[in-house]
Amino acid sequence: MNLRRDVFQAIADPTRRAILLLVASQSLTAGAIASNFDTARPTVSKHLQILTECELLEQKQNGREIYYHINAKKMKEVADFIEPFRKMWDDRFNTLETIMKKYQSKT
Amino acid sequence: MEQKTKIGAEDGKQELVITREFDLPLELLFKAYAEPGIVEQWMGTKVLKLESKKHGSYQLETTDAKGNVVFKANGVIHEFVPNRKITRTFEMDNAPFGVQLEVYEFEQLTDDTSKLNMHVIYESVAQRDQLLKLPFAQGLNVAHNRLEDIVSKLK
Repeated sequence: MNLRRDVFQAIADPTRRAILLLVASQSLTAGAIASNFDTARPTVSKHLQILTECELLEQKQNGREIYYHINAKKMKEVADFIEPFRKMWDDRFNTLETIMKKYQSKT
Repeated sequence: MEQKTKIGAEDGKQELVITREFDLPLELLFKAYAEPGIVEQWMGTKVLKLESKKHGSYQLETTDAKGNVVFKANGVIHEFVPNRKITRTFEMDNAPFGVQLEVYEFEQLTDDTSKLNMHVIYESVAQRDQLLKLPFAQGLNVAHNRLEDIVSKLK
């Protein structure tokens, strides 16, 4: 069962990260995105498909064109996933600092 | 505001770097890592054994209120240079995370401030990522449990 794509796997690829950066500033068509890369067009399409499946990108029809734009909510989720880990260490280090300050004033 | 604790975790790499600046003289920061009684206090776990020397080893254990072991870890110390560096392994018992290699570097910034650079190397990228997500996943579980509590009270 690996039908649902893993978001973290999705952003592990440098091309896909570059696509996200590109689309972050403005919505673009697949063609416009592909023109920024040396990679073959079908490869870029595949990347777009994966990013869309992970809901990092959303498609919007505008006339005859499909524009890709970034799903800010999902992106925030990704950015936040390391935060609890950082927070855990931050809390631990804060405790260390407090304990050692007390220790220092005792001696 | 700049964060005091920073995590560097590049995609696709089996390592991570944790850095932190302390409002403590270098000697005190190092002591917090070398003395079992102090480690116990800030890590919130029992220290069954900690031999702070080259080729020494350590064992940590946490029990819940009922006395059940909820966390157990151990490792060996490969290098121990006072006020400078500790190189050790870390392995959690009954967990799928393998053994990690930890390199701690302690640095004096001023007379009253110091910096810790913690470099952790995992057996694989997958193991590192899994561990990184652990507090995230636990946070979700806590939220779910709370939700379940609330919902069950509504019934």
